[in-house]
Amino acid sequence: MRIRCPYCGERGSEEFTCHGDVSVRRPDINGAGAAERFVDYVYFRDNPAGVHYEYWYHGAGCRAWLKVCRDTRTHLVSSVVSVWDSSVNCEQSIQTEAIR
Amino acid sequence: MSLGARSATSSSLREQLVPADSRAVRHTQKFRLADGGLLDRASTLTFRFDGRTLYGYHGDTLASALLANGVRLVGRSFKYHRPRGILAAGVEEPNALVEVRSGARREPNTRATTIELYDGLEVVSQNRWPSLRFDAMAVNSVASPLLQAGFYYKTFMWPSSFWEKIYEPLIRRAAGLGRAAREADPDEYEKVNAFCDVLVVGSGASGLAAALTAARAGARVILCEDDYHLGGRCLSERSFLDGNSAASWASSVEAELVSNPDVRVLRRTSVFGAYDGGLYAAVERLRDHTQDCDGGPRQRLWRINAKRSVLASGGFERPIVFGNNDLPGIMLAGAVRTYINRFAVVPGRRAVLFTNNDDAYRTALDLSTAGARVEAIVDPRPRISAHCKSLAHRSGARLIEGVVDRACGWWEVKSVEIRAADGTIHRLPCDLVAISGGWNPTIHLSSHLGGRPVWSEQHAAFLPGVLPPGMGVVGAAAGGFVTSECLSSGAKAGADAAETCGFTPRTLELPRTDRESTASAPLWRVVSSRGKAFVDFQNDVTVKDVELAEREGFRKVEHLKRYTTLGMATDQGKTSNVNGLAVLSEITAKAIPEIGGTTFRPPFSPVALGPFAGHHRGKNYRPTRLSPAHKWAEGEGATFVEAGLWLRAQYYPRAGEQDWTATVRREVMTVRATVGVCDVSTLGKIDVQGPDAGRFLDRVYCNTFSTLPVGKARYGLMLREDGFVMDDGTTSRLSGHHYLVTTTTANAGKVMQHLEFCCQCLWPDLDVQATSVTDHWAQFAVAGPKARLVIRKIVDPEYDVSKTALPYLAATEITIGGGVPARLFRISFSGELAFELAIPARFGEALGRLIVDAGSEFGITPYGSEALAAMRIEKGHVAGGELNGQTTARDLGLGKMMSTKKDYIGRVMAERPALLDPNRPELVGLKPEQPDQRLHAGAHLIPRGGKATPDNDQGYTSSAVYSPTLGHWIALGLLVQGPKRHGELLCTYDPLRGLETLVRVCAPTFVDPTGDRLRA
Repeated sequence: MRIRCPYCGERGSEEFTCHGDVSVRRPDINGAGAAERFVDYVYFRDNPAGVHYEYWYHGAGCRAWLKVCRDTRTHLVSSVVSVWDSSVNCEQSIQTEAIR
Repeated sequence: MSLGARSATSSSLREQLVPADSRAVRHTQKFRLADGGLLDRASTLTFRFDGRTLYGYHGDTLASALLANGVRLVGRSFKYHRPRGILAAGVEEPNALVEVRSGARREPNTRATTIELYDGLEVVSQNRWPSLRFDAMAVNSVASPLLQAGFYYKTFMWPSSFWEKIYEPLIRRAAGLGRAAREADPDEYEKVNAFCDVLVVGSGASGLAAALTAARAGARVILCEDDYHLGGRCLSERSFLDGNSAASWASSVEAELVSNPDVRVLRRTSVFGAYDGGLYAAVERLRDHTQDCDGGPRQRLWRINAKRSVLASGGFERPIVFGNNDLPGIMLAGAVRTYINRFAVVPGRRAVLFTNNDDAYRTALDLSTAGARVEAIVDPRPRISAHCKSLAHRSGARLIEGVVDRACGWWEVKSVEIRAADGTIHRLPCDLVAISGGWNPTIHLSSHLGGRPVWSEQHAAFLPGVLPPGMGVVGAAAGGFVTSECLSSGAKAGADAAETCGFTPRTLELPRTDRESTASAPLWRVVSSRGKAFVDFQNDVTVKDVELAEREGFRKVEHLKRYTTLGMATDQGKTSNVNGLAVLSEITAKAIPEIGGTTFRPPFSPVALGPFAGHHRGKNYRPTRLSPAHKWAEGEGATFVEAGLWLRAQYYPRAGEQDWTATVRREVMTVRATVGVCDVSTLGKIDVQGPDAGRFLDRVYCNTFSTLPVGKARYGLMLREDGFVMDDGTTSRLSGHHYLVTTTTANAGKVMQHLEFCCQCLWPDLDVQATSVTDHWAQFAVAGPKARLVIRKIVDPEYDVSKTALPYLAATEITIGGGVPARLFRISFSGELAFELAIPARFGEALGRLIVDAGSEFGITPYGSEALAAMRIEKGHVAGGELNGQTTARDLGLGKMMSTKKDYIGRVMAERPALLDPNRPELVGLKPEQPDQRLHAGAHLIPRGGKATPDNDQGYTSSAVYSPTLGHWIALGLLVQGPKRHGELLCTYDPLRGLETLVRVCAPTFVDPTGDRLRA
């Protein structure tokens, strides 16, 4: 699998570390239900079969965290942007399909 | 003279043979044709098989050379130890597995059909005892009812205690293949990356056409061929392209490709895996075909990144399943033609051809041209084309409509029983049976990414299904078996691939081909057969086994495989999978697609572990990091220890010290009494800068750093988001917007990644940057009551290092040695008055010497990681044993550090009820009740006199050390309700060492609990 780092160009996936779903946001600690929100955030992650955005860290390169749009069924990487890039909407692009 | 008894090396053996050379060479190669073949007959090669000296030519495989010498019995089968010969001529060979070379280079289960003959090759047969011809284990064949499908599960069920000691060793001795080498691999391997526009896998007619078209268009092409010659079946057939031999056409294409600087031709290279993103793995055998393995890598692992790929991997011929179809002398028809045409070896003198297709008919003509007598062509099809009839006629063979019921013979085939369609039985003597059940496209790589092969009724074979992105499949691999189709599909795929990569291909003028027919009618097995009819030769799986599996309910292909082992082992069913499926389909009367297909996974054929490791072996397994003061420590006589990637000075032995414990005692006592110096450069250092640096650190640490005054250091505790402790270290504020974070040596990389995640992903609004400066600074701890005196001598005089100017936890930028910028921290891991002095890395070695020189008048000693560890346990500082990923801040007695005034990573989850449970083990100190008793880390803490049961497990010891200061062993541990139980007697229970020791619980700080020394 190859990832086109916006800073370094196309590199092998072994230079990167995956860190899961971009659409998940760290919850607010204030207000009722914070514990439940954090349990959800820390332990309960979706495992979509399809296209979704995930964080990848270019640890053996520029050390940038990236938003990588990957199809979990085919490992096809369709876009890679910096985490600073707000032009992609990571929540709406998820197309999941029932896992067979 | 007796050649067999000689143990001379091959070269001297050859020298001795020079006078008799040509005679002996000709004499042994009785089955070699007088001329022809792609051989260099001027270059005679000597090799040994089971101690016999034999001869072959440059260009031979081991299999062709054995056949030329009339050696037909090559191995014994896996379970029944039946005599086996050579079935195929390529990588699909299931029978002819041998051990090659000897000693550390001994290689088991190597296919004789793929070993390139070299001078001095040493080969022994395997899975036989005492010899290949008289194998005691052949009795298994008589006991075969015991050994049928599932026999392990049924026969060796009871008693279970017999498994490890009796059954398993017994089975392993009886059934098996070769022996692996016992010594370390002496050879060198390497790994390389390559990039190309078009990767072509296979160099038969279709692969060459694809590579040529893509190369002529200007694409960067890599062409990989498993064999040592390019050409594929062009080398095996007596076929013609534009009137010239197909082999000469292949070599002319090869010449053009090799001369193109944008084309890389890799011979002896097997592409064994297709991976995501156009990545292909291949292994190139650089020295497997030479006696001399030294002087360069033996094999090379290629990681090929290809924009497009063309799979031109050809096909494997299928055997037909009939009684005793495994006897030596029964060979695939295509392999017979390979041996005749490429190697000038005629594998038998009297042959019978058994086929269900037109393609195999040319075997008869090739055999008769080579001087063999073709007794009969047996074909079950009622209608035979005129072309085939003419081939039969020209080869002088009788054409019999019918099937071969069974082969007869003990060591090798002596005759066959033919059941003609009219019911008559013919018994024909023969020493060769050429068989062909049609061809399977070699589609393995096409399904490595999960694309399921699709059954084609028309081809009676599986064809590639959904292809990996960017891959095209051509020629026989796509089911187009005739040469004209190979050429046209190859050229088209090469053009398509080049075009997608942005090149403009021109149409390749294709050579004119011979007339070919591949018409066939499926025949999987001969139902009327008697005797063992093998579906899978390598695993000794017969039709009976498949029937038994079906009766017992194993009706899906995946179940069939696991139950009977069909399609397992080194050949992964290359000649057996489809036949197995088809037989099961016939038995169950279900269509093949209903039974399931085969899933192919990498590697395509066995790959040794060496090339995967490449140079990453032994010392080079991973990089070694050296402290910038490493040479200084070496000069001081340090003994080093691996700590992650680092080499750290462990202790510094002095003359007269009995062992390392004496050294560590001296180091600790010197530090506690006067002064010592320790290289602490390996600790992680992270520079955090920006207007929001303080706010940022407040969010990643459970305590507060925004309030830290400039010029001060503070101990910090970092939690994971799940509430457990992640790492600790001191952080200093060097200026308003500039902090220096330190981490433990082990977690430096992890913390760096975590901080990057926090600042880039969680809080991109914060104006802060973090960067690793671990390698930029050398850092020394100078510790002990005399530490200030030493520091005073080193730091430039304009800086005040007095207690008032530089109190405990001060952090300041200074200069030393007359203006070298440095940093001075008053922090202490040992619990003594201590300074940490940091200097740009290039001065590390010099600073070490400077400190020792300055301290010599006070009796300074360098101390290593052992003394450091002893002193931190004496002081009750937590480290790796306690920061084990399962402890919370409260567990470690650090609960008060957790701020309640701010958000930080782990804050909410640290308040989970389970983490607030008052019965969680908490940090305590432990002393042995008998002062001379030793403590160990990892022991359970159980009540005194209590039984060692899980219910009585109240905690564990996390670190233990001999305390030179106290004169006995001490330990840190985590104990339920620990802080409330100081003074209580407990038992440490260590089942691993068989120890039970009485210990008394105490406060975790053994030395200087009030901190007076620290603040001196």
